[in-house]
Amino acid sequence: MTTRRDSMVFWLGVIVFLAAVAAMTQIVRNEYPFFAGYVILQFIALAVAWSILGGYAGYVNFGTNAFFGVGVYTAVALFKAFGAPLAVQIAAAAVVGMLLGLALGLLTLRMRGIFFSIATIALAIIIETSVMNWRFVGGAAGIQLQRPAVMPPFDSYVKMLCFVQALLVVIAVGTARYIQNSRIGRGLQALRDDELAAECTGVPTLRLKLLACVISGALISAAGAPAAMYLQYADPSSAFNLNYSVSVLAMSLIGGTAHWIGPVLGAIVLGVTQQLLAVTISSEVNVLVLGIMLVLFVVGAPKGIIGLLLPRYRLRAGGKP
Amino acid sequence: MFSMDLLLGAIVLGVLLGCFYAAVSVGLSVSFGLLDVPHVAHPAFLVVASYGVFFLNDRYDIDPLLAGLMITPLFFLVGLVAYRIYYETFERRGSDAAVRGIAFFFGVAFIIEVLIILQFGVDQRSVTASYIGKAWQFGEMRIPIRQLVAFAVALGLTILLAVYLSRTFTGRAIRAVAQDEEALRLMGANPVRIKQFAFGIATAVLGIAGALLIVVAPVEPTLDRAYIGRTFCVVVMAGLGSITGTLAAAIILGVAETVVLTVFGASWAPAVSFAMLLGVLAVRPQGLFGR
Repeated sequence: MTTRRDSMVFWLGVIVFLAAVAAMTQIVRNEYPFFAGYVILQFIALAVAWSILGGYAGYVNFGTNAFFGVGVYTAVALFKAFGAPLAVQIAAAAVVGMLLGLALGLLTLRMRGIFFSIATIALAIIIETSVMNWRFVGGAAGIQLQRPAVMPPFDSYVKMLCFVQALLVVIAVGTARYIQNSRIGRGLQALRDDELAAECTGVPTLRLKLLACVISGALISAAGAPAAMYLQYADPSSAFNLNYSVSVLAMSLIGGTAHWIGPVLGAIVLGVTQQLLAVTISSEVNVLVLGIMLVLFVVGAPKGIIGLLLPRYRLRAGGKP
Repeated sequence: MFSMDLLLGAIVLGVLLGCFYAAVSVGLSVSFGLLDVPHVAHPAFLVVASYGVFFLNDRYDIDPLLAGLMITPLFFLVGLVAYRIYYETFERRGSDAAVRGIAFFFGVAFIIEVLIILQFGVDQRSVTASYIGKAWQFGEMRIPIRQLVAFAVALGLTILLAVYLSRTFTGRAIRAVAQDEEALRLMGANPVRIKQFAFGIATAVLGIAGALLIVVAPVEPTLDRAYIGRTFCVVVMAGLGSITGTLAAAIILGVAETVVLTVFGASWAPAVSFAMLLGVLAVRPQGLFGR
């Protein structure tokens, strides 16, 4: 349970974090740290958003790439049609992600476990195929995008994107933290442990599951939207790449999903490792390291990094028969 | 343009393709359908088998089907070990084993993909054999012999497994363990050993199936992603664990894919299996032929 002091510390931390990112954009000249920082921040937002459904509710979503790609292509379509500004792109992506989450939730009402996971992969492939056949946004060949002029006080677009992504991280973490400490979070935990028992004791499992799908979907799509402007290019096979799904899954599970800090830690650890590996070795080795770490943690440390660090969570894990 | 002949040709090719899909799915029908293992890495194992066949064919000029048969015992052992690991780390511990089991196999599939890329590169690979590249002409219709070979072997493999599971003692034991594990334990049998053996069989079948995969078309390291949809579509549509259902469902999928390919073009084909899977899961999760 959180006290008022916990909350004050949290929001103070948020303000310090945002101020630090903002200060960096003004002081640091070199653009490279922002290129790398954007990717890490993006993965933090994605992992936190994923764990609302995948961690708290225990529904393993393999379709992160569906929501991510939908976010990217919402941004692309709006930008191409109306030249919509970045904020509008992100807001629209969140709405579309919300609707997609609702559709996923309704479609998978009766599914659990592996069936749900497979259904999310299916959804991703179907949407990817549809986008491939959508001429307006470039079809399978992809589309080139010209960034608009950057808004002051920023002096480069990438720096601005980095700050925007930091805002999205704050929104995702704030939402996850709120859910975790509210009735919603406890209800989700109950349905994760035993859906039938939860239903019997009066937990509105159906509503909670839909809510988790909607919130998680909206946040993932929103975090994906700026990627269009970041890359200045979008094509279906990279926007809907299954690597996003496995990365986000790995980051969340490696960090631990019992607390919102878990996915944040996982995303930072893996994100930084990936940035270093991508620069020094190759992107294949990158995915290999990711996969091996995922398997090792799933087998050896089921509660993730937070399970190893915080004895409170370890105790809870060991308490079950 | 669109014609009856074209449609008929698509259906014939679809049936051939469908039997091939049955062969690649039948292992999953045992491991996932009967044993309840969330084996997302099944298609990745399949692609590994194809690369094994490619290696033997490329290096020693061994016929792909024979090569498939040669790696089958190895795959049986891999299956035994894989199930043991899965059982010890997930099934025995219970609670949230399902969530972690899925993540585990997903991770394994990705590791396999990358290892193949590191070893063989991202290019497409194919095998050579006397029956690859030729075709039979029936009036308007042209059927590649490689498709016919794959069809015949796949059909034989599927029927063999169906007979094994329904006629032999061990086969029946496998079905018994799927129906009621506790009862088996009470009868003094060890359900875990039976399941381990069954998982071994399910993986061994992939040796041949992988050979068929590379006979039908060239393979690439990330091919398993498309086959996640196809194999799970077949197994779920069949009704979990039904081998005859697997054959019927695979033929339905094969025909649906070739018809969509002919009518709407190749760009829509990847979504067919996933759309059917989603439809079956949403409307009739027990499968078309399930109880």
